[in-house]
Amino acid sequence: MINYNKLIFELSNKDRIGYSLPKQRFTNYNIENLDPSLSRQTELLLPEVSELDVLRHFTNISNKNFGVENGFYPLGSCTMKYNPKINEEMASNKAFRNLHPLQPANTVQGALEVYYNLQTYLSEISGLKEFSLNPYAGAHGELVGLMIIKAYHEDRGDFKRKKIIIPDSAHGTNPASTVVCGMDVVEIESNEFGRVDLEKLKAVLSDEIAGMMLTNPNTLGIFENDICEITKLVHEAGGLMYYDGANLNALLGKVRPGDMGFDVMHINLHKTFSTPHGGGGPGSGPVGVTEELSKYLPNPRIKKLDDYYYVENSGEALGQISSYFGNYMVSLRAYTYIRTLGKENLRLVGPYATLNANYISKALKPAYELPIQGYCMHEVVFNGLINKDTDVRTLDIAKRLLDFGMHAPTIYFPLLFPQAIMIEPTETESKETIDDFINVMHKIAIEAKEEPEKLKQAPTKTPIRRTDEVFAAKMMIFSYKDYLEYINNRG
Amino acid sequence: MFKYFPHTKADIDSMLKALNISSIDELFKDIPESVIFNSDYDVPSFMSESELRNHFAELAKKNQELTLFSGLGLYDHYQPAVIDALTSRQEFMTSYTPYQPEISQGTLQYIFEYQSMIQTLTGLEVSNASMYDGSTATAEACFMACAVAKRNKVLLSSTLNPNTINVIKTYLKYKELEWDFIEEKDGVIDIEDLKNKLDKDTAGVIVQKPNIYGIIEDYSGFSELIKANKSLFVINADISTLGVLKSPKEDGADIACGECQSLGMPVAFGGPTLGYLATEKTYVRKMPGRICGYTHDLEGKRAFVLTLQAREQHIRRSKANSNICSNQSLMALFVTIYLSLMGKNGLKEVNNLSYQGAHYLYDKLIATGKFKDPFQKPFLKEFTLQTTLPKETIQTALLENGIFGGLGLDVFGDKYEGLVNFSVTEKRTKSEIDKLISILEGLS
Amino acid sequence: MSKIVEGLFYSKSHEWVKPLEDDVVLIGITDFAQSELGDVVFVDLPEAGDNVSQEDEFGAVESVKAASDLISPVTGEILEVNEDLVGEPELLNKNPYENWLLKVKLENPDELGNLLSSEEYANFIK
Repeated sequence: MINYNKLIFELSNKDRIGYSLPKQRFTNYNIENLDPSLSRQTELLLPEVSELDVLRHFTNISNKNFGVENGFYPLGSCTMKYNPKINEEMASNKAFRNLHPLQPANTVQGALEVYYNLQTYLSEISGLKEFSLNPYAGAHGELVGLMIIKAYHEDRGDFKRKKIIIPDSAHGTNPASTVVCGMDVVEIESNEFGRVDLEKLKAVLSDEIAGMMLTNPNTLGIFENDICEITKLVHEAGGLMYYDGANLNALLGKVRPGDMGFDVMHINLHKTFSTPHGGGGPGSGPVGVTEELSKYLPNPRIKKLDDYYYVENSGEALGQISSYFGNYMVSLRAYTYIRTLGKENLRLVGPYATLNANYISKALKPAYELPIQGYCMHEVVFNGLINKDTDVRTLDIAKRLLDFGMHAPTIYFPLLFPQAIMIEPTETESKETIDDFINVMHKIAIEAKEEPEKLKQAPTKTPIRRTDEVFAAKMMIFSYKDYLEYINNRG
Repeated sequence: MFKYFPHTKADIDSMLKALNISSIDELFKDIPESVIFNSDYDVPSFMSESELRNHFAELAKKNQELTLFSGLGLYDHYQPAVIDALTSRQEFMTSYTPYQPEISQGTLQYIFEYQSMIQTLTGLEVSNASMYDGSTATAEACFMACAVAKRNKVLLSSTLNPNTINVIKTYLKYKELEWDFIEEKDGVIDIEDLKNKLDKDTAGVIVQKPNIYGIIEDYSGFSELIKANKSLFVINADISTLGVLKSPKEDGADIACGECQSLGMPVAFGGPTLGYLATEKTYVRKMPGRICGYTHDLEGKRAFVLTLQAREQHIRRSKANSNICSNQSLMALFVTIYLSLMGKNGLKEVNNLSYQGAHYLYDKLIATGKFKDPFQKPFLKEFTLQTTLPKETIQTALLENGIFGGLGLDVFGDKYEGLVNFSVTEKRTKSEIDKLISILEGLS
Repeated sequence: MSKIVEGLFYSKSHEWVKPLEDDVVLIGITDFAQSELGDVVFVDLPEAGDNVSQEDEFGAVESVKAASDLISPVTGEILEVNEDLVGEPELLNKNPYENWLLKVKLENPDELGNLLSSEEYANFIK
């Protein structure tokens, strides 16, 4: 049914319904009695469809999506590992789902225990003192982490420190979060190995530096081997080190951010701890800090006294950044994942992810340009095909992969290489799956030389072909109402 | 072996051989010896699936599922069975942000449908693909107002939900923007105070309806005043109530934002839910978050794509108006399915049933003589009363009967001393409501 | 190879300046700038009556994949804004030297001396 092509509004038939509600019980009250000056006057444009219509519609459009259970999903920087079913089963437990966050603490002890223990596990895995699970997403965690850095300096009466050092290989959220936090970005150029250039770092250190944001391994999948020197230099200059947990998966079982000298970090539970990406969210971005910074963690906090868990709002905290306890049901899934793996298996995540990535790196090197030599960590970045004589670009390679039933890698990021292809296989992929991917990539490299047009036309086996993005941006058709107007004007 | 790792000993050996190394450790030679972590994490040992189920059953016993008679932003509305059945499909649940439109039309289409539904409910031209929650959506609306008006201050209504106020204050403080409060009078925002406080620095005015007391505020005259000052009018509204209440567009708002949990989501101990954000197209380039647009593929087939991405952090980096990267896509799917099932009639009926139950409870509580209404203003599904009964007495008595309700608003601060909150959705039966009344009647 | 028109002044941020009479100039973006951006989908311009300053931002040009700030090459008052670009931003791709963005009355005509000649600009983008 990949040819299904209806909007839910187009199935609408007046007076059809898809719900069942209780009978009216208090008929001497009626919302019609509300003063008309407070009531809606314009008609709602919502569909009128049956329950089965709804099920078929969404089932059919779901078939036009590609999920982790459809096939290989080597989207670099996104850690598209398997999302375990048991996580979902635990998160569907009504004894958690139906809890109101304002319920008294003695009625939600189980929920608070999970929150408390997960923050403890994350502290142990990170080598930091304490976590808050309240930030809703990775970028939200970055913002909260930067607020902590700012609060720390201001608390010491040091109002001059308003600059954050960010390598040019960083995710776009790093500079954006910095500015949203009311600080300025100092970008430093990476060296020829894609790492932080120590001399360039030294040159920007001053008493105006609040801190430095770093992903390690960096977005090229390369470990910053000077990390101890970097954290030392920044600390000596009075700054704090922020660890962007986007690539934490590589480190599980090998090294902890706290041990490398980081003071603040966020973790993407939807990457490293296997919670589903949901087509863009909800994610979760817990923030961890050293003991010295723990008082700044956002409210509300979950504390434990003897065996009793309670909610605390502290005056020293940076404030509130969420209504309640973040995306709690996402935390519940991550908790399930950690308990499923246990200490015996958690330590294997980084090694297996890294083995898979290096195996791909070595196998593709004869056909794809590997700009940085040596071992990678959990992901590898190529700069397009070695053979630059064809018109085939990274975009074409990505689109052609879709025809082979695989998701495309991340493309055109990091910005350091014009034809970047970023491949992250994760530890949940088997050798067979990876070998298939390698074979397909080699096949595409041959096609690029022999049948370049095929790549330019790709994909051809997907529900739709390449799209007209200029049209979308110019026409700005964002709703069914806009769409109807467009169709009517077109005649 | 472990169920999520497919690596057999033979696989590992052959991969190591291909790499010309003898152990996986060699791949980590870049990590300085001094920071290598060579022990087990201090976390519990692994659990089998059945052990985990037992473990969760134990944890669940420590929670008490209650009949909810208080909401304050998160409400116990009906969740059709269809929603869980569809949102748990792996095609929706496990996919990433739809960067490859050719294999993401499922996600992109429902986002387009979601945006269309938010459009019609708010009356404003463009909705983004969703925000984290109602409070952060409102904070982003403040940033947006400052960016559009090129001014540095927002005026916040004192009748906003205190959680929303707290989140906004944190966001504004760190971005070094300013705020001031408009006083309330008789439970609603005071237009005279608004007149006094609007000035050349005011970028936006943020109000909420129904407000923290459940009161449906009347914004007649607001939009004219605010527009004359070249500021933006921002309305935070529980999206479900917009099925029957005057839309933000009808109220003259420039930006609408708020919480969507009422549309098919569980209360989920506070999250995930989602926030909506909508505005007119004139301001779309200052709007944060993903936006999905209609287009066609190269064969002319109808298609949907993420568009206007040049506003976003992955392109604009430090010049982006927001750092937001994800949305709450899967929760937007909850909304889309819910509103598909309910349609316009169902949404009206949900509001009417809630209205009826709430007003029945209100009259009965007033009749007990133990509660007074300090405001006497129109409300929908939630209301606030004054009582001389100690709030602990109320809470304890209700909890003993498995009810969460009559919550003392002073959990949000001393300002609300003596005020208690009640909310009633269509899910509350007559016998549940009568039970609540009889318990409260018996208290002294 | 990007087109460069002789006799205009150029900035390093890829704007051109064409002097008219009485210290009035037209400002636009260069062919190099439009080709780097790709299909332009939106142009954000100030209003007539506003002032611009040399090296300050005055607007933005946006394509599907990029957004670029417009940096004013001169200081002065905006006399006119090219409204055609609002409805048809693609004009900047079709003919960047015909489709100016702003008409500005110069406050300090000497400022033109800070800009590049067509030869210098040709070397700059090489």
